Amino acid sequence: MKFGVLIFPGSNCEHDTYHMVSKVLEQPAQFIWHQSEDLAGCDAILVPGGFAYGDYLRTGAIARFSPVMGAVKKFAASGGLVLGICNGFQILLESGLLPGAMLKNQGLKYVCRHVCIRVESSATPFTVSLRKDQVLNIPIGHMEGNYYADAQTLSQLERNQQIIFRYCTTQGEITDVANPNGSLFNIAGICNEGRNVLGMMPHPERASEKILGSEDGLLIFESMVRSMAHAV
Amino acid sequence: MRSEAEAITMITEIQITPELLAQHNLTEEEYQRIASCLGRQPNLTELGIFSVMWSEHCSYKSSKVHLKRLPTTGPRILQGPGENAGIIDIGDDYAIAFKIESHNHPSFIEPYQGAATGVGGILRDIFTMGARPIAAMNSLRFGPLTQVHNRRIMEGVVAGIAGYGNCFGVPTIGGEVVFEESYSQNPLVNAFALGIFKKNQIFYGRASGVGNPVIYVGSKTGRDGIHGATMASAEFDEESESKRPNVQVGDPFMEKLLLEACLEAMKTGAIVGIQDMGAAGLTCSTCEMGSRAGTGMEVDLQFVPQRETGMSPYEIMLSESQERMLLVAEKGREEEILQVFRKWEIDAVVIGWVTDDAILRVKHFGQVVAEIPNRALTDEAPVYHRPLKPPEISPATSPVQLDLPGPEGGQGKLDFNEVLGRFLRSPTLASKEWVYQQYDHMVRTNTAQLPGADAAVVRIKGTDKALAMSLDGNGRYCKKDPRRGAQIAVAESCRNLICAGAQPIAATNCLNFGNPQKPEIMWQFSEAIDGIAEACLTFETPVTGGNVSFYNETLGEGIYPTPVIGMVGLIEPIRDGRGSWFVDDGDMIVLLGPLIDPDCAYSKAAKETLRSCMRWIPLEEDLYARWANLLPCPPIDLQQEKRVQTTCLEGIRSRAILSAHDCSEGGLAIALAEMSFSHFTASAKGATIEIPGAHALENVLFGEYQSRILVTVKDHDLPVLERIAHTHSVRITRIGKVGGNQLRIFVDGSLVVSQDVHDAEKGWRTSLGHYFD
Repeated sequence: MKFGVLIFPGSNCEHDTYHMVSKVLEQPAQFIWHQSEDLAGCDAILVPGGFAYGDYLRTGAIARFSPVMGAVKKFAASGGLVLGICNGFQILLESGLLPGAMLKNQGLKYVCRHVCIRVESSATPFTVSLRKDQVLNIPIGHMEGNYYADAQTLSQLERNQQIIFRYCTTQGEITDVANPNGSLFNIAGICNEGRNVLGMMPHPERASEKILGSEDGLLIFESMVRSMAHAV
Repeated sequence: MRSEAEAITMITEIQITPELLAQHNLTEEEYQRIASCLGRQPNLTELGIFSVMWSEHCSYKSSKVHLKRLPTTGPRILQGPGENAGIIDIGDDYAIAFKIESHNHPSFIEPYQGAATGVGGILRDIFTMGARPIAAMNSLRFGPLTQVHNRRIMEGVVAGIAGYGNCFGVPTIGGEVVFEESYSQNPLVNAFALGIFKKNQIFYGRASGVGNPVIYVGSKTGRDGIHGATMASAEFDEESESKRPNVQVGDPFMEKLLLEACLEAMKTGAIVGIQDMGAAGLTCSTCEMGSRAGTGMEVDLQFVPQRETGMSPYEIMLSESQERMLLVAEKGREEEILQVFRKWEIDAVVIGWVTDDAILRVKHFGQVVAEIPNRALTDEAPVYHRPLKPPEISPATSPVQLDLPGPEGGQGKLDFNEVLGRFLRSPTLASKEWVYQQYDHMVRTNTAQLPGADAAVVRIKGTDKALAMSLDGNGRYCKKDPRRGAQIAVAESCRNLICAGAQPIAATNCLNFGNPQKPEIMWQFSEAIDGIAEACLTFETPVTGGNVSFYNETLGEGIYPTPVIGMVGLIEPIRDGRGSWFVDDGDMIVLLGPLIDPDCAYSKAAKETLRSCMRWIPLEEDLYARWANLLPCPPIDLQQEKRVQTTCLEGIRSRAILSAHDCSEGGLAIALAEMSFSHFTASAKGATIEIPGAHALENVLFGEYQSRILVTVKDHDLPVLERIAHTHSVRITRIGKVGGNQLRIFVDGSLVVSQDVHDAEKGWRTSLGHYFD
C-alpha cells in the first residue's frame, strides 16, 4: 500500500506523517510536491497539517489552487482514499471535497492538547479497525477548528452518518466541556458521501507510538491499510 | 536610476555633531577611535555601520572581559562561543546546536512582534548551521498580573511566540514564566532553540575562497528595524513608545520556506559559508563572515531585493528586516543554489563576492559608499573594563524589609492548608497550562515529556537517545547574592535534567542585567559570571555560547540581575527517562538531601515573614512571589549538590527510582503537591507524608533548601537506593507513601496539611487563566 504525503509551502507535519507511515506502519510512502499533477501511483493520499501558504487569506484558501489538488480531486472522484489532518482537513473543506467551513476556535486562541474523540461510525475505510463509540485519545493543535455548516448540511451529515469523530469526555459523553473549540455538534472529523475522503482536526500521527503517550491514532492508519488490502 | 545613485552618494559628506553621535549611541572617544581605524572621517553610512557593530548588543564591549572566565571546553564540544550557536557531539554521528537569546527591549515596545521575531532570530541561528530545529523553549518574566499593562504584555508575548513557532513547525516544549514587580517596566523574553544534524553536515558563517559569489536570500529588505541593535543597547525612557517602528515584523511562513530551502541548498554541496541576518542585518553578516575567514567582501546594494523604493545605503545596511540569510557559494556552482531557492519561491540574488583584502567594501550602483577593514568592526571594537563596585550594604545580609501596610502578623495561628492553597494558585507557582496550550508542543512527533515536567524531553528518531532541556533563572536570589544565585540557577537546571533521567552535558546562558555603566550593576554581572563558571565546572557542563542583554532599565530603575541558564542533557537509553509524578499507589516517597537547615539566615527569615504576608497580602496577589521576595538567597554547597544529583541519576539507571521531582520553588509541600497532580491520562494520586521531629512548619513545608530531590521507589527497591546514597554520603529520608485522594502531611505526629488533591489541582491548573478571563 503506497501512501502519498502532499507538501505545500508551509506544511509542517509532512515529516511526522511520513515517519508514521514508513517507520511505524512500515508501509511505502512518498512525498508529493504541490506543483505536481501526478500522484505517483499512490493508493492513498495524506494531506498533512501545518500552515499551507502561511494560512494567509484563510486556512486552506490558497492551497486549494495548487496543481496537486486537481489531481487529488480526480483521485477522490474515482474512489481513492484521501485523509486530511488538521490543516489538511481545512484544505479539503476549501477544495469542496468535504462540506462546511472552519471558524476560529471559540476561545480565539491556538489550542494544543490531548483530547478524547468518539468513533461515530466504523463504516468507513478509515475506521474499520475501530468500534462504534470507541474513545480515542488523540491530540489537537489548531487555531481554526471550530467546524461550521448550515443546518441543512448538518442534518445531511447526520442522516448519512458522515460525522465520524466527535469530541467527548474520557467516558465517551458528548458535552460542551469536552468540546475544545466550539465546533458544531462537537464535530472533530467528517467524511464525504462516498466515504473515501475523511477530514479530521486531531492529529493521529501524533498518537501513534508509545513514547508519544498514545497509540490510538495508529488504528486509523491500520484501518486504511486493511481496507485497501480488501479492495485489491 | 543613475541619478538616484548620485543623489544618495552625495549625502555622504556629513558634519559630525554631538547630536549625531548621540543618535548613534556612540561616545566622543568611540568616534575618535573610528576615525583612527579608518584614517579619515567616516561618512554617514560608515558611521551607521560602526554604531551597530560597536553597540553593546553586537560587540559585547562591556561583558567580553568577564565572559572569558566561563568554561567553554569539554570532550563533547564541537563548537564553542563565537559562531551562530554552540555545537555538541551526542554520539552516533549526531550533533546538536543550541542557543538562547534575549528579545527584551522589542517585546516591551511591541509584545507580539518583539517576541515573535525573538523566536525567529534564534531559529535562524540554529538552521544557519545546517541543523533542523526540533525544540524551542522560552524564559519569560513579567510584572504582577494584577496590573493590566503586565497582562497585556504577557498576552502579546505568548501569542507572538505561539504565532511564530507554531507556523514554523517547531515544538515549544518548555521554559519558565516568572512574575515579579522588578520586570513590570522591563519584561524579559529569552528564546531558546535546539536543532539536530549529522556531524558531517555542519555549516559555518565563514566567507572562504576569494572570488566566491555572495548570495542574498530570503525576504526583501525594508526600512523596518533600523537601529534595533542600538535600541537594545540603551535604557528606556518615556520616549520608548515612539521606538515602535524600530521593532521588526516577523513572517514565520517565510522563515519555514527559508529553513527548507537552506537545508535543501546545503545538500548540493555548493555552499561554502552561511550566516543569518539578525541584529544589524546585512552589516553584521558581511563583516563577520569575512572576519572569521580572514577575507573581505564586496557587495553592491543595487542588487539587494528591496521592499521599498529609494532606500539609502545607510538604510539598506542597517535594516533588520527578518527572514534573510547571506550565503557564500562555490564559484561556478551558484546556479545549483539559486535553483533550490527558485523552487521554494524565495528571492536569491548574487550581490557580490569574496575578496582577499579583509575589507568590507559596500557599493551602490558601482560607487563605493563604505569601505571599512573587517577588523575595525569586529576584533578592534572597543572593549571596556568597566568599574565594579559591590553595594554598600550587602543585600545578602541586610535585614528583611517588610513592605507591608501594617505591623507583623503577631501570634495568630497559621492555617497551612490555606497557605498551600494560596501558594498553588500564585501565578509564579501555578500551572502554566494557559501559556503552553497556546504553543504547538507536539509537532515533529518527538515530545516524550509534555510541558509541565521538570525538563522538556524530545526523543531522537532512529536512535535510543532523547534530549532533556531546561531553562532556569532566579532574579530574586541573584538580587540578594548574584554569585550564589547564579550557582543555584545552574544547579537547578542540572537537577531538572537529572530528574528526567538525563546526564547534563552543556549549557547556554542569557544574561539579563541593568546598565553596565553603573559599577553596582557591573559588579552583579561579574559575580554572576563567577557563580556560573564555578557551577558549570562542578557539573562539567561547559557553556557553548549565549547572549548578554544589558540596559534592562526603565527610568533608571534596573531589573533584578537575571542570568538564565539553558541546560541540555542526554537520556540514553531512552528507557532511563522519568516523569515527575507519582506512579502507583503504595510507592514509597523518599527525599534525597536535607530536610531542613534550621541554622541558616534563610530559615529564620522565612518563619518571620509568612505570617505577615498571609495577613496583609490581598487574595488576588501572587502571595508566593511576595513572600519569596522577602527572603534571603538560600545557601548551596556545589559538591553536596553534585552528590545528590549523582545519587538520583544512579538510582534511575539502576531502575530503583520510578519518578523524581526537583524540590525548589515553594519547597517540599509544593513539590509533593505537584507530584500528586494528574498527568495526561493518569489521574491525581494523594499521599501520606510523615516528617519526624519538631520543625518550624514554614521552613519544613515551604523552605527552599537546595540540593534536594523527591523520588518514588517500590518498597523492595529502597535498599538499592540507600546503598547508592550512602556511597555518595547523601542523606536519604523515607517520608511517606503514595495513595488515596488526599495529600496529608504530618509533622512530628500532627496533621498540618490535608488537602483533596483534585481540588488542589483545580486551583493550581486554572489560576493563571483567571487573570485573563
